[in-house]
Amino acid sequence: MTALYTWTMIASVVVFSTAGDILLSRSMKTIGDLGALRRQRGLVHVLGRVLSCGAFLAGLASMTVAFFSLLVALSWADVSLVAPASASLTFVTTAVAARFFLHENVDRRRWSAALLICLGVALMSA
Amino acid sequence: MTLRKYSVLTAIVLFSSLGEVSLSHGMKKIGAISLGRWTEALNAVTSPFVVLGIVLLLGFFAAYLTALSWADLSYVLPATALGYVVIALLSVWLLDETVAWTRWLGILLVSTGVGLVAGGPELTPARDPQTPRSDP
Repeated sequence: MTALYTWTMIASVVVFSTAGDILLSRSMKTIGDLGALRRQRGLVHVLGRVLSCGAFLAGLASMTVAFFSLLVALSWADVSLVAPASASLTFVTTAVAARFFLHENVDRRRWSAALLICLGVALMSA
Repeated sequence: MTLRKYSVLTAIVLFSSLGEVSLSHGMKKIGAISLGRWTEALNAVTSPFVVLGIVLLLGFFAAYLTALSWADLSYVLPATALGYVVIALLSVWLLDETVAWTRWLGILLVSTGVGLVAGGPELTPARDPQTPRSDP
């Protein structure tokens, strides 16, 4: 039973960190090039734009849920299972989500990179 | 653009890995915190390593958002996975951990993946009708 709970929490980490990344990416694309904006309008303006962006705040909230799911999972299972499992799966789910929700051109190069990194991160913590 | 691109990606890799190593070193010095007395975790902010770790991770977040403002998510995330390799190498040098061959293989795979994606284009061409795409 504990294994089922642990994997549910790992799934929660993966889903919420993927959603968080998608929302953060979308919010930054709507604001535009932060470096250029800072040179034109100053750092305070950039901070104001970022912190008042709904998608950014939603992304941050999603990341927070992912973080607390990770803490809960860590309290049930070993760090050597939870950390690599959630980190490596996130690379693949993010590539899929970026393709469908952000309409990014995830070509063969990016797919292979996501799979290699997914496998590599899992091996590194094994 | 290319110089700025790689310097922001390098900043992400260094800030995230050094931040995590510093944070984890600081927390290990404090010792285990039980969930029943979680308020003890607030004492962590008096540790210089924890404070340094938090500052570095804030720097990471700023650099990460900057990269996402001009590059695809499916580019930035894998391109900065090199942080895992830096953490592994730091723990070998600083903590004298022995590294199994499976871990070296993992380091090789991650580095290959990073090299593969980082050399490619960082942004999907916009499908804006006013700026037609160069490809047919």
